[in-house]
Amino acid sequence: MKDTEIKRLLSAHIVSVLSISLTTIVPPLFLENFSVLGTHLIWLCICSICVTTVNIILYIILKPNPSSKRISFAHKVTKFLKCCVFFFISCILFHGIIVLYGAPLIESVLETFLFAVLLSTFTTLHCLCMLGPNIQAWIRVFSKNGAMSIWDNSLQITTMCSIVGAWLGAFPIPLDWDRPWQIWPISCSLGATFGYVAGLIIAPLWIYWNRKQLTYKSR
Amino acid sequence: MGDDTWDGLFPQKFFRSYFFPSFNVKDLHTVDDGILQHLYPTVDGGEWDLLIAHFLGVDHCGHKHGPDHPEMAKKLTQMNEMLRSLVDHLGNDTLLLVAGDHGMTETGDHGGDSEKEVNAALFVYSKTPLFGAHLPEEPETIPQVNLVPTLALLLGVPIPYGNIGEVMAELFLGDGAAASAALSQLSAYRINARQVDRFLHSYSLAAQDLPAERLRHLQELFSAAMEEHYRLLAQVREGLPASPELEARLGRLVGRFQRYLREARAVCMESWARFHPLRMVAGCALIAASCLLCCVASELAAALDFSYRSRLLYPLLWGLAVAAVLGLGHLLTREGLDLILVLSWSAAASQLAFFWHSWGRRSRRAHLAGVQPPVASAGLWQRLRAWQGLVLPMGILFIRCCAMFSDSFVVAEARVAPFLLASLAILLVGKLHWHGRLTAPKAPKQPPGSAFYQKESWQLLCLLAVLLACLRLSGLFHQCREEIPHCQPSSFLAPLASLQNTQAKNLFYLLCVASLAGLVYAVRRWLRHYGNLNSTSPLVLFVRWAFPLAAVWIACYWAVTSGAEDTLGKLQELVQVALVGFPRAVYGLASLGLLLALWTPVTVFVKDSRESVGPIVTPYQGAPSSQADLQHVIPQIYRRMQESLKSQLDRGHRRATVAAYGLGSVYSATLVIVLNLLGFLLLILHSERMSLAFLLLFLEAFVLLRIHACVVSLAGDAEPFVVPWYAVTAWVFAATQFFYSTGHQPIFPAIHWNAAFVGFQEGHSTHLLPAVLVGANTFASHILFAVGCPLLLLWPFVCEAPNSQRRKLKKELREELQEQEEEPMMEMRLRESPERFSAALLQLGLKYLFVLGVQLLACVWAAMILRRHLMVWKVFAPKFLFEALGFMVSSICLLLGIFLVMRVDCAVSAWFEQLQPR
Repeated sequence: MKDTEIKRLLSAHIVSVLSISLTTIVPPLFLENFSVLGTHLIWLCICSICVTTVNIILYIILKPNPSSKRISFAHKVTKFLKCCVFFFISCILFHGIIVLYGAPLIESVLETFLFAVLLSTFTTLHCLCMLGPNIQAWIRVFSKNGAMSIWDNSLQITTMCSIVGAWLGAFPIPLDWDRPWQIWPISCSLGATFGYVAGLIIAPLWIYWNRKQLTYKSR
Repeated sequence: MGDDTWDGLFPQKFFRSYFFPSFNVKDLHTVDDGILQHLYPTVDGGEWDLLIAHFLGVDHCGHKHGPDHPEMAKKLTQMNEMLRSLVDHLGNDTLLLVAGDHGMTETGDHGGDSEKEVNAALFVYSKTPLFGAHLPEEPETIPQVNLVPTLALLLGVPIPYGNIGEVMAELFLGDGAAASAALSQLSAYRINARQVDRFLHSYSLAAQDLPAERLRHLQELFSAAMEEHYRLLAQVREGLPASPELEARLGRLVGRFQRYLREARAVCMESWARFHPLRMVAGCALIAASCLLCCVASELAAALDFSYRSRLLYPLLWGLAVAAVLGLGHLLTREGLDLILVLSWSAAASQLAFFWHSWGRRSRRAHLAGVQPPVASAGLWQRLRAWQGLVLPMGILFIRCCAMFSDSFVVAEARVAPFLLASLAILLVGKLHWHGRLTAPKAPKQPPGSAFYQKESWQLLCLLAVLLACLRLSGLFHQCREEIPHCQPSSFLAPLASLQNTQAKNLFYLLCVASLAGLVYAVRRWLRHYGNLNSTSPLVLFVRWAFPLAAVWIACYWAVTSGAEDTLGKLQELVQVALVGFPRAVYGLASLGLLLALWTPVTVFVKDSRESVGPIVTPYQGAPSSQADLQHVIPQIYRRMQESLKSQLDRGHRRATVAAYGLGSVYSATLVIVLNLLGFLLLILHSERMSLAFLLLFLEAFVLLRIHACVVSLAGDAEPFVVPWYAVTAWVFAATQFFYSTGHQPIFPAIHWNAAFVGFQEGHSTHLLPAVLVGANTFASHILFAVGCPLLLLWPFVCEAPNSQRRKLKKELREELQEQEEEPMMEMRLRESPERFSAALLQLGLKYLFVLGVQLLACVWAAMILRRHLMVWKVFAPKFLFEALGFMVSSICLLLGIFLVMRVDCAVSAWFEQLQPR
């Protein structure tokens, strides 16, 4: 049972990683002058959209947290709307936190906001897919003994890795190397992306190695 | 013409100039094409003595493409063509010098000290033949400083005073026979040598760092060469025929002058860029050992078996003994006493003694523990768990120390410190959340899998948001460094008087006064909240009346300084008096307040109900009522009946109580008052609009303390007498952050020198007072945070929520004298165990010193390892000096803060004793 679950998790994550790598490879075939560093904003949009669609499709296919109850259509619609509102709020929150951390307030607002959207896609969207718009569940999952399935564990790992990656991405900005990727927010968004990819890869491996220790309380 | 840096260096100094923007490294052609356009007409025009054409294309091309790039080939070909055609335009008496100011590395960059970077070509051309028939195959390398005297003499101007270069003899051959050529060379050498001799002489009078015997040797060389020159000149004047012997003597004399000049340069270079690696390493080791000592001692202080004899007295004695021995040795050998050496040896000796004593004790304890193995293993386990808690603050501190080793990070430190502080705070809260401390304990009816935040957690999150906002806002007050391009210094740094717009000036003035008033109001509000503003002790009266007065005086001073000069034409004398009077009055008031705080630091209001336990209901106790009492006898009877009923209801038997207001925050109240006084003092030394930064400083310190208290209460398991490392680290980071946010930078041009003239318009007669004023201005945040450091220990006690059964007696302590059954609250818990209190204070101080010391150590290391770095004199060395001075100021102020707390402790003890006999 557990091994099949881990396999499903691994395949889902591999699809996500592939989709992210495709965002760097495919667009130059269609768009003139496209490069991740040069036209960073376009890449940010493409990456966010791509990760969003892949996550939603994976969620629909895999259904990690199947609920036994039958849910009415109206309920589904309200849930979807709630998710959208949550996502938007999280974008704003991330934007605020990034600005408070020292990003410029007025100039390059668009860059900052798109970076916030990217971070939200890596973290909030994932959570929304897995847990739904349920704050209490979120609080539960992100505490020490709160994970109830390997999906929760992978959620913890990917979210933390993306945020830590974005944090580490801020470190090269003050250096005087004059590289194109040192411009705000390229290093941070690249850091977040690498962190997310690393989290996607680490999560199944970590769960596989610790599968003996991981015991989940029944729901 | 060309590079517009020349215009920045020598503005308005050129007869005619054609400058082009040089900043953009990517731009290869603007400057060069501009020069080429103007060069030939100017050369042909002939209206010049000296023409400088600074081409930049090759340099920029190196940065952009590197040395082995087709672009570089194009650029070099262009330069070749330029030279070729330029040569055709030159007259016969014109000298063309083509020199590069630096070379380039494999990547085309420069700025280091590698061979490829510091070597560049020099090309000298003249239509008149300069060199003899035999051109040297391998021309010798010429130091760049040699250009200075050569060009000066060729242009017919005196050689600059500080020059230590040597003339390039080949350019002074003149035209004629070998003997006359040598004579003209000799006269150039003579001028050069005289100039260098004069410089060395006046330099050695001003500074002592050139070794005396070398100087004497140089002096001898110089005078011998000059004498020889006179003799030869005399010989030549007598009209002796040119003989090979004379030529040989002339040649030897040239050699002597050369030797003199080269040796002089070598002496200067040796002494000006001299490092003592051994001393540097020893100093680093000493600082590292001190940090280790702080760490060890803080751990030992927690163990409570701290024996002052072995830990303090013996090491001190050891240090004194070594100092005495060294001093005696120096006296006996009659050598100059090197104070630094003696001090460092004695410090090393006392540290060794300390470590030796602690090690001996430790091994004894380990021996004892060996008898009971389970205890030892439990200790190990606990220690491991304690180490786990250390990872967060120490990791952040480590990152900060690593940042000291990169010049870019030192330059950007104003933004690094708040970044790390924000990360520390967020990680701390995140960790609390991860361990489930923020969620309410689960009620049985709750469905599993859901969690709610408690009320305190929301409070904590709000505090965190306020902290982040403070950190961001403090970025508004930064000063600029020249290393950061396009940086605008904060407009808040300029004095109000420099504002042209009257409306904006008034607005800002009101804002400043409002922030000042807000500060005073907030402090008084806090004191009132904790009941420290009720008593009639001198300090409380001072806070009530003198704080607003000081604020008004500061506001008046600002009004006078920011007012326009001419509007107050008739009142000029009055203005002068006010400019001196207001700051001095504030200084006086603040010192009076500090003295009062030392004299009577207790701000407790006592309501003694024993005397008022009435004579009517319980007539056997207390004094008979006075005349005045009789007039209000009815209400008094009523009140006393009420009281006696209440007291009977309370315990069921008679007892007397003393209600003391503000006892729970007696320590922090005094500290807060002193901090505010210091704040006034430092505020007036800064420009007006910095008061907003100070308001932010106090707000952020308050928020940090609240967060600390919140975290302590939420974490629950923490030892109340131990201040955790994260709090100390955050406190130090905040001090660093506000060093920058009060408009300072660790570079000399950024020092606010005008602080020395606040209250002393005419200047000073001594050096001490201005140094103190400028130092206080520069290290304002270090002073405030170091004095406020004991608050980290006190605040969790102050914020401790009163127990639920005591809701009515909110924030007030009921100290009972006869029956001690009620538990002491808030800061009185500190008095329960005086030994632990003093140990905790010691431990806090040591931790603070440790965090500061580690940063200083990183700075010293950076300056030592990177001593040959290009940026060492611009970045690392000033940073090291500022950090070291800040460390000294911080440690002195830390001692003062701890001393103040101990003084309050003594005063509180005296107060209790005074209360007892009543």
